[in-house]
Amino acid sequence: MWLWGKFYCLSVRQVNESYFELFALKQAFTIDSAALESQYRHIQSAAHPDRFVTASSAEKLKSMQLATLANEAYQTLKKPASRAKYLLLLQGVDATEETNTSMPADFLMQQMEWREALEDLKAAKDVDGLDALAKEMRQAATVLTTELTRLFDAENDLIGATATTRKLIFIDKVCEDIHKAITQIED
Amino acid sequence: MALLQISEPGMSAAPHQHKLAIGIDLGTTNSLVATVRSGMSTVLQDEHGRSLLPSVVRYCDSGEIIVGHQAQAKQSEDPINTIVSVKRFMGRGIKDITDKAHIPYHFVSNHTAEHAADGMLQLDTRAGLKTPVEISAEILKTLKSRAEKALGGELTGAVITVPAYFDDAQRQATKDAARLAGLHVLRLLNEPTAAAVAYGLDNAAEGIYVIYDLGGGTFDVSILHLSKGVFEVLATNGDSALGGDDFDHRIYCWILDQIREDNPNKQPLNEEDTRLLLTKARQAKEWLTDNDDVQIICKLSNGYAVDVVLTADIFVTLTQTLVNKTLSPMRKAMRDADLDLAAINGVVMVGGATRMPHVRHAVQDFFQQEPLTNLDPDKVVALGAAIQANVLAGNRSDEDLLLLDVTPLSLGLETMGGLVEKIIPRNSTLPVARAQDFTTFKDGQTAMSIHVLQGERDLVSACRSLARFELRGIPPMTAGAARIRVTFQVDADGLLSVSAREETKGIEASITVKPSYGLSEDEITNILKSSFGTAEEDKQARALAEAKIDAMSLISAINIALEQDSHLLSAAEKKDIQSQITALNQQLNTEDSRALHDATSALNDATANFAAKRMDASVSRALAGKNIDEVNFK
Repeated sequence: MWLWGKFYCLSVRQVNESYFELFALKQAFTIDSAALESQYRHIQSAAHPDRFVTASSAEKLKSMQLATLANEAYQTLKKPASRAKYLLLLQGVDATEETNTSMPADFLMQQMEWREALEDLKAAKDVDGLDALAKEMRQAATVLTTELTRLFDAENDLIGATATTRKLIFIDKVCEDIHKAITQIED
Repeated sequence: MALLQISEPGMSAAPHQHKLAIGIDLGTTNSLVATVRSGMSTVLQDEHGRSLLPSVVRYCDSGEIIVGHQAQAKQSEDPINTIVSVKRFMGRGIKDITDKAHIPYHFVSNHTAEHAADGMLQLDTRAGLKTPVEISAEILKTLKSRAEKALGGELTGAVITVPAYFDDAQRQATKDAARLAGLHVLRLLNEPTAAAVAYGLDNAAEGIYVIYDLGGGTFDVSILHLSKGVFEVLATNGDSALGGDDFDHRIYCWILDQIREDNPNKQPLNEEDTRLLLTKARQAKEWLTDNDDVQIICKLSNGYAVDVVLTADIFVTLTQTLVNKTLSPMRKAMRDADLDLAAINGVVMVGGATRMPHVRHAVQDFFQQEPLTNLDPDKVVALGAAIQANVLAGNRSDEDLLLLDVTPLSLGLETMGGLVEKIIPRNSTLPVARAQDFTTFKDGQTAMSIHVLQGERDLVSACRSLARFELRGIPPMTAGAARIRVTFQVDADGLLSVSAREETKGIEASITVKPSYGLSEDEITNILKSSFGTAEEDKQARALAEAKIDAMSLISAINIALEQDSHLLSAAEKKDIQSQITALNQQLNTEDSRALHDATSALNDATANFAAKRMDASVSRALAGKNIDEVNFK
């Protein structure tokens, strides 16, 4: 037995409805996060299984499906990297596709430096150093997010957006590994 | 026949009549039951005016089962048959119990499980082998009858709290215990979330709050965002084997050290003495909350007189490592929530063990603010559970109360090389579902085994095994051609279910579930049968009664739905549903539970489209209800 492929989110409400449509938001990288949160809470207020404890099992099923979809959609749109990846998917581009490996040389260099720094700090059990590295990564992520706003919403440059999204996904992954390393040291 | 006493929501003739719903805090040391009366959440007391029910169950010589204070009084005298802190064993196997030498019970592994060492442990008592589920059910039965007496009627259902850091096996064990006790579980609710509800509503709290919950046997820390009646858990962490009991145990070991020098026959303690010293240790701990020292005096069974003085300073030294063990989960939760200390509006202390001054100091040092202790740490969980039960039972159509909880531990699958592939990450908001595709690796392969695990580590051996699944009936194809989509769904109770489907041929693969822990459906049926002394006919009678309850509650739910939203249906659809209702009504007098069940399913299927339309309409209404002011208000 082996695993392949990726995770599939489960379509429930209307098959063709995008996460943006679900929350009645404009399909764009720039997002009104207060509106997103408010719409999400409105949907959960109506759909959450807690509202259907005494309902028929058909309604319980619908409630479970829609509440699950709303959670998935909310988490996807909330974070810049997953939102960018999702926007690209809506336009037929899979940023995490194996063939999509092109990365500019300077970013590859930067990538290697971060990875090495992470390994060194991990070996030295330097929690403060890891925290500082995480902060540096977050700053880099902020720059990339601003870049994505321009690429998606002003220039509609999908090729540029794909490359930048891949960088952002990489940074998120390193941040996750930094957290994991800190946890291991602290345990 | 306790199961027959379940009165389903929507069953009563007057649909808007107040439904009797309770919240139960099933604790390691003490348990409580609460309900909402005249709009106020209140803990229900026993006939002596006591709120706390010690979570102690004694199997007596006479065959009688005693729960609570009376059982607690006998724990030193009859330690093997008097079970305390059974919650620590819920959903656990023998190999999980690391300090067996200091626990006066006879543990037996459950040999019916496929992997005997993995199966849920049992305790050998004079009443026979008992699982922790059965023992917990006795505590729940006592609380249920207390509630029925106090409220004077049948209960609609109960919300039962569990530690947020309980894994799937522990949650399932709790739900099974409720089933054995004849309780209809409206929801399993995480203890810190319950506390947040009680605290938040009482104090009109808004913002980011941390709940630090150190109970008798478990530790949880949850970080919540409270905003206009929405309780959103941002992150949770904890240790489901750390609590006040461990502090008692440190004192107990210290006493042993003190008396080792001059204890005449230096033999290991018998069960009676172990329990006696543990009880003395607990009392000493409680005394030290408000005093600088405590004298511990008692006589062991060999006549040796224990007389030692424990100071608060020594106690702190003995237990500081335990307090420090709560720091790491706090750091992890803060990191997962991606928050700075400055973002925290308040830290709420829950659980009896948070009365210890050095625990409070440690929390204060960590969060750099004084923790909130202006509530009864023993009662707040039950009070919150009762509020949620009241809402779920439909007594209050309070659109303002919404709990968004998370799964505490990552869920994953075993892959090549004994590694775990995470499918659902920890702190995912519930309900959550993920699907993953598998394929065959041999030509003509028709079966596949899947191992489900829970935990944060990368190695299978370091995670908890939840279940092993076998998918059968895969159509024979060349290797790699079959596509089996396995779907994981975690519901609002935090419980996992798994389904599988072969996608290329559209065949539902059959699944054999072998829960690594917990009871199988057959085992539950057997326990119910033996405890009620019922025979096969009674089992059928119960099945029929349950089917009737299901049918009637479905008819009631659909009638209410039709009253509200029949405009969403075409005349033909309405007619179809009506005729299915009529058909089901006609079946209600049957003695054939199978036919009744089928008619219920038919009605349910006939309303699937109606349910979808209602859901869409309801969501559209919810979204239309929001306006720009509200968005900016945040």
